[in-house]
Amino acid sequence: MDGLEITDVSSCDLSGRQDHRVPGEPMLRVRGLTRIYGRECPDCVPRTGPEAGSNICPGCGSVVACAGVSFDLYAGEILGVVGESGSGKSTLVQCLYFDSAVTAGEAYLRNYREGAVNILGSSAQEQRHIRHHLMGMVYQKPHQGLRLDCTAGGNIAEKLLAAEFFHVGRIRERASELLLRTEVPLERMDHLPRHFSGGMQQRVQIAKALANSPPLVFLDEVTTGLDVSVQARVLDLIRHLHRELGLAMVVVSHDLGVIRLLTDCTLVMKTGRVVEAGLTDQILGDPQHPYTQLLVSSLL
Amino acid sequence: MPDKQAVRPGYNFAFLDEQTKKEIRRRILKAVAVPGYQVPFASRELPIAQGWGTGGLQLTLALVGPGDVVKVIDQGSDDVVNAVNIRRLLLQTTGVKTTEDTGAATLIQTRHRIPEERLREEQALVFQVPYPEPLRRVEPSEVKTREMHAEADYSRLWVFLYEDIVRWREITIGAQYPVLVNGRYVMDPSPIPRWDIPKLHMAANLNLFGAGREKRIYAVPPYTRVEPLAFEDHQFRVESFDGKHCAVCGSTASFLDELIDDHTGARRHTCSDVAYCAKRHQLLSENGPGAGRQTGNETGGGA
Repeated sequence: MDGLEITDVSSCDLSGRQDHRVPGEPMLRVRGLTRIYGRECPDCVPRTGPEAGSNICPGCGSVVACAGVSFDLYAGEILGVVGESGSGKSTLVQCLYFDSAVTAGEAYLRNYREGAVNILGSSAQEQRHIRHHLMGMVYQKPHQGLRLDCTAGGNIAEKLLAAEFFHVGRIRERASELLLRTEVPLERMDHLPRHFSGGMQQRVQIAKALANSPPLVFLDEVTTGLDVSVQARVLDLIRHLHRELGLAMVVVSHDLGVIRLLTDCTLVMKTGRVVEAGLTDQILGDPQHPYTQLLVSSLL
Repeated sequence: MPDKQAVRPGYNFAFLDEQTKKEIRRRILKAVAVPGYQVPFASRELPIAQGWGTGGLQLTLALVGPGDVVKVIDQGSDDVVNAVNIRRLLLQTTGVKTTEDTGAATLIQTRHRIPEERLREEQALVFQVPYPEPLRRVEPSEVKTREMHAEADYSRLWVFLYEDIVRWREITIGAQYPVLVNGRYVMDPSPIPRWDIPKLHMAANLNLFGAGREKRIYAVPPYTRVEPLAFEDHQFRVESFDGKHCAVCGSTASFLDELIDDHTGARRHTCSDVAYCAKRHQLLSENGPGAGRQTGNETGGGA
């Protein structure tokens, strides 16, 4: 589908916004990210998408989880990715966090080799390095991001140890600092997250993701599955952390409320494609694509 | 020269066929070339059961030549059943000279100890290894551990050590303490006590490790860095025998075993390395007290 070559997408230069970003170069540039599950055929991409109404290729039966996704993310900016279940939102962040390999596409991270290297094509070692030093990820389910049989402190330590931080005293200092910030009682630092409530597990996961003060954090449906009051606190926490630390974030959610509350710019995805992109206020206030209009109008 | 009388007829020299020995030697070369890396090999059936030192024995059989002098020890002793049987097998299939004197041996097969006497460049030490994978404590899958080694991803092992310190205020691993070899691979040094770990660091001799059941060979070549994993604020420590000495030779600079008398319940300590103890004992009785004065040089891990 044309019109998906959105290159100036999320350069949402709202003037007068106080933040930490360096003007000019984006911190993360993603171009044409595509992930296809199954045998591929040349028709996979043309025969799927919003027009076809499906992401399953009629020719070969492969699933086109996402295709041709491009965006720019600037330092200190929050990008929302919204869409229904199966629209490829999670696949997008999993590919960017190297949990899943990409079929095609490129991504450049300004903090890694001056943004000259396509990180999606790097070796597994390099990707591990990038992941541990420059990225954080908060998954929808705490057990995906935490080792439930290691203590909360141990979970945070893992991230620090992966970044070669070999001092128990300082690890514990940093872990306390993070747990304090994410409102996890310090007495529980040496307890197993398995015994924590869902909301607290999620906060430990956020603490772990932030352990190395990464400039870029991915949040995949972080509030799904939490009750409303806990949701509000987690969102509050994320907003605080963003303001204090000036992180760039990619927030995946099917909840427009979350998107409205957190993000500067938004990508709307449907059947693996970006159907609309731009400033969040604009998209929610004046949706252009029929699917976005449907989404916004069905917001309670 | 080999003792022709001792050799049983009908066996190839050193039991294994020449092709097998060749294969094992090739694996050894690879292991030496990549210090600490576990090289897979086709472990053969032997006349002793797996778990009784078949890995070490295959290395010894592949390396031993007619001119070698072999020593076999089990937990520091030459006279324990495992050591005696392996020595006998070697003798009956090769006829080579055997010895209990560490200094006189060219090839030493050991289970769970490194001799107290410092080894020289021309000597090789062969370890029997039960579990070659240091990451097994944290990851059950072999596919995953190999990936972790390939990417030098040891953070989970570090978390294990961190949690140990949090729980017990120190790392509780007694034997089999994980070490980083040549700054690259984390290696299981076989279940030697912590006391022996410093002896591996920049050792003059070749150290070879064989795991028969797990089918792995790895090596620490001479003069290679071997560093126990430790935190900046929790340094590695060896066992302390403060105020204790060997009841036989009086040594205060060797790894001691505690013996409890069944009848009186009295406790005493003796050297775990029996040959070392006997040598010192003899020196003392020949030359009087003072002759066996210890400089602490014999052991790498004295302090």
